[in-house]
Amino acid sequence: MRKTDPSRIRPSEITPRSVFMDRRSVLQGVAGLGLASLLPAADAQADVPAAGKLSYTHNARYSVSETPNSLADITSYNNFYEFGTDKSDPKENAGTLKTRPWSIKVDGEAEVKGTFTIEDILKPHPLEERIYRFRCVEAWSMVVPWVGFPLADLIKRFRPTSKAKYVELTTLNDPRQMPGERLPILDWPYVEGLRMDEAMHPLTLMVVGVYGEVLPNQNGAPLRLIVPWKYGFKGVKSIVRIRFTEIQPKTAWNIAAPQEYGFYANVNPHHDHPRWSQASERRLGHGLFSRQPTLMFNGYESEVASLYSGMNLDRFY
Amino acid sequence: MLNVEQRYRFLYKPSVFILCLIPALWLTAGAVGWGGVDLGPDPVAHLLHSCGKTALNLVLITLLVTPVRRISGLTHLLRLRRMLGLFAFFYVVLHFCVYVVLDQEMNLAGVVKDVAKRPYITIGFAALLMLIPLAITSTNRMMRRLGRRWQKLHRLIYVIAILGVWHYYWQVKRDVREPLIYAGMLAVLLGYRLVVRRRAKRAATSTSGSATAPERT
Repeated sequence: MRKTDPSRIRPSEITPRSVFMDRRSVLQGVAGLGLASLLPAADAQADVPAAGKLSYTHNARYSVSETPNSLADITSYNNFYEFGTDKSDPKENAGTLKTRPWSIKVDGEAEVKGTFTIEDILKPHPLEERIYRFRCVEAWSMVVPWVGFPLADLIKRFRPTSKAKYVELTTLNDPRQMPGERLPILDWPYVEGLRMDEAMHPLTLMVVGVYGEVLPNQNGAPLRLIVPWKYGFKGVKSIVRIRFTEIQPKTAWNIAAPQEYGFYANVNPHHDHPRWSQASERRLGHGLFSRQPTLMFNGYESEVASLYSGMNLDRFY
Repeated sequence: MLNVEQRYRFLYKPSVFILCLIPALWLTAGAVGWGGVDLGPDPVAHLLHSCGKTALNLVLITLLVTPVRRISGLTHLLRLRRMLGLFAFFYVVLHFCVYVVLDQEMNLAGVVKDVAKRPYITIGFAALLMLIPLAITSTNRMMRRLGRRWQKLHRLIYVIAILGVWHYYWQVKRDVREPLIYAGMLAVLLGYRLVVRRRAKRAATSTSGSATAPERT
């Protein structure tokens, strides 16, 4: 499938100068001055670099005041089973993932469909930093300064039809790059999904970086989802497919253990995981005594509770 | 030249003692930050899992003593078993203390709720309780006092080992490979005993009469 011209979707975008210069300096470093000037097309396309510093603005409105965890904590303690099931495995093994070239297939109930390069996907979106709480279903948590853009802005470009009730996001399925996929730990590829109103919520973020730099592979490069009021496993990583559907997507952990992991997976201190309490969490990075109460919707209740009014959250966990 | 008695007393036992203590020393160093030992971003989980795993390893090693003795003829190995068993108990207690003090931060109501409500914690706690009488009756005096009943009582270790592996299996989220390896090792260790027992029984019935004394195998 060949891509639709992305400039038709949202044409009025200009590469930020700092990013342009950054990319240029990388090219110069690699290829030397003369060669870089032979690649004007590539230069003009380069928006978000494949590595290094990002250009972004800080969004204080959507940032919590808690101190973020260290970059070391955020990048060495990951649940990314595609690279192994130990928390330290992804950092060790994610070097095999190649994030450029990268393409993302968009299909399902939308007017604009096709396969887009990561550059096409990212180009129109100004990046912002948001410091979000991150609550894992395993009852630990961090605070992370993500860099990204609202998923809503991306979705609008594809003009989903009235039939689109859900959006389904899929991780790369390539055991050569993701050695964990050789084992049947989960039903690969990893699939996650959101109801359309959840996906369009301004807090729902497509993430390309952390701490102002391009996302390390173990954190889900080149593009991942972060939904701060839901458990971390909703944040599908290394996305290669975006599909708009009429029926609720079948999601990876829900397939694996439906009693333990629901489709909604909203952070909810009143609904326990069968094997552990969700009433509190260990905030990592605070030494040996770090337990604190878990907040409803991970502290984003005032922003998102209305999405679920009238729903029995014990049933739709 | 040292004789076997002396070698066990002055060499093997002290060496095993120090070996068994190393994980605890390492974890303590990590917990208080000595010598650059780092327990990673989630030190509480690290302490909890390391103590539990070490305890389970030691339980399996105590169960390995009898088969190795029988097969190799190194009968004196038995002299190490008590220490190994007591260290297993030590690490189980440590595991429980980490859970209560560091993980639950002394929220005893939460601990009671967990033990009552979450099956994997229930069976882990049951295994801990069963280890207590074994630890108490591990002295020479108690062995003498209990006589044959001592062996019967200490067969509880089979149940404890099963509960321990089960506790581990149930706790794991999805990747059950390692708990299954433990289950496999335990199956071999217990299966060995069943085979020995059946053979002994057959021998006893064929020679009719001279009942073999039950032995903790």
